[in-house]
Amino acid sequence: MSATDAPPNPWFSWDYVARNWGDIERALTQHVSLTVQAVVLALVVALPLAGLAHLRPRLAGPVVGTAGVLYTVPSLALFALLAPYTGIGRTTVLIGLVLYALLVLVRNVLVGLAGVDPAVTDAARGMGYGRVRMLLQVELPQALPSIVAGVRVATVTTVALVTVGVVVGYGGLGQLMFRGFRSDYHAEIMTATVLCVLLALVADLLVVLVGRLLTPWRSARDRQAAAA
Amino acid sequence: MDLLTEAFAWLNDPLNWTGRNGVLALTAAHVQVTLVAVLLAAAVALPAGVALGHARRGGTLGVVVANTTRALPTLALLTLLASAGLFGNTATVLACAVFAVPPLLTNTVTGLAGVDRDVLDAARGLGMSGPRRLWLVELPLAVPLVAAGVRTAVVQVLATVPLAALVGGRSLGSVVVSGFATQRYGQVLAGGLLVAALCLVAEGLLALAQRTVTPRGVREAAGRGRRPRRGLTAADPVPAVATARGPGSNGITR
Repeated sequence: MSATDAPPNPWFSWDYVARNWGDIERALTQHVSLTVQAVVLALVVALPLAGLAHLRPRLAGPVVGTAGVLYTVPSLALFALLAPYTGIGRTTVLIGLVLYALLVLVRNVLVGLAGVDPAVTDAARGMGYGRVRMLLQVELPQALPSIVAGVRVATVTTVALVTVGVVVGYGGLGQLMFRGFRSDYHAEIMTATVLCVLLALVADLLVVLVGRLLTPWRSARDRQAAAA
Repeated sequence: MDLLTEAFAWLNDPLNWTGRNGVLALTAAHVQVTLVAVLLAAAVALPAGVALGHARRGGTLGVVVANTTRALPTLALLTLLASAGLFGNTATVLACAVFAVPPLLTNTVTGLAGVDRDVLDAARGLGMSGPRRLWLVELPLAVPLVAAGVRTAVVQVLATVPLAALVGGRSLGSVVVSGFATQRYGQVLAGGLLVAALCLVAEGLLALAQRTVTPRGVREAAGRGRRPRRGLTAADPVPAVATARGPGSNGITR
């Protein structure tokens, strides 16, 4: 296979995929592992944080405010601010991704907790539930739809955001896009783009499925009513 | 703190501020690209949003557009456009315009479709024709949401433009990218601070502007109690982003 036999289509080339599968696989694995780690870590931090802000409403303002300001900071700037301290590589990308996902999640969990029907919490209080037990056993399960929606948005944005990691040399599929741009190899860019979008869609579907499994009491009709 | 000193030393050097690739010129380029991109997006999204919202349709279209553009990485679009032959800032403007469409479109549609039907009935009872209703009733009532959409779009594009430095666009992001390339991390830090500051300042200014353009009656009504917004529940991923994007209590959701 010489370099002279140009692919028939410069944008879509199966030949490229077949020849470079090892490379693509490595980028894809990196992309997936970064996304999963970031979303899981963010969720682990966001749930207690939002719970605390819900129990202590005075904290809610500062928490949401800080989140808003941080969210306004562009990803490139955030990586630029982190990289000198956390070094070039995986840690920097992961911290950045967790921060952005965290902001989406905290907001959504808080919205979900605030949206719980007062009649439900009244009933729980009447049954003698304490504040913390009510949060864990009544309010959080009730807020699940909103939390799942937050996880969906966080997952899809994280998949897209991983690509920005190229600035510190750790961008998953973004690495392929950038290399393709540098060497003017259109098929490489296109393959990485398509894989990235597919990954986002698959991840979104998986989160939706998990959400359905977690909320079996929501019937199909509820869902339709919520979607309308 | 050594790096911070280095960053401030970089920021203090007048040579870094003037000239073709100085901070001032790059900021000007940054803002210019942003404005062109948002105007381009607005030229498409606002008329479409008004038409769809007035007809009370297009909710699904907004969701689809928003979800697709969220899944598409900015870097992908930038590298695709740049290597398709659109070098420099043309690729940047086009890519950013694509990402500015969803907030503008969805907010315009929700703003118009969220106008209370009773209000429209009253306007019809006063003898207003369709276009008059749109101009005198629906649009003023939709202003807060449309303005919030413009604000989100501008800040989002300001945040996206720096990425274009990776594919050869000129903006404040160039400071960061060339800092990374030459391993001068003081410069990287300085560039990061500049970009972040630009976005935060723009966000603040636009929040003020949004307040100014909101008709006084609407502002007072919003102060007395929020009108319920149709179709914006936390169960839907799209409003969740609208929530996340608009930090202030600007009425994007709820």
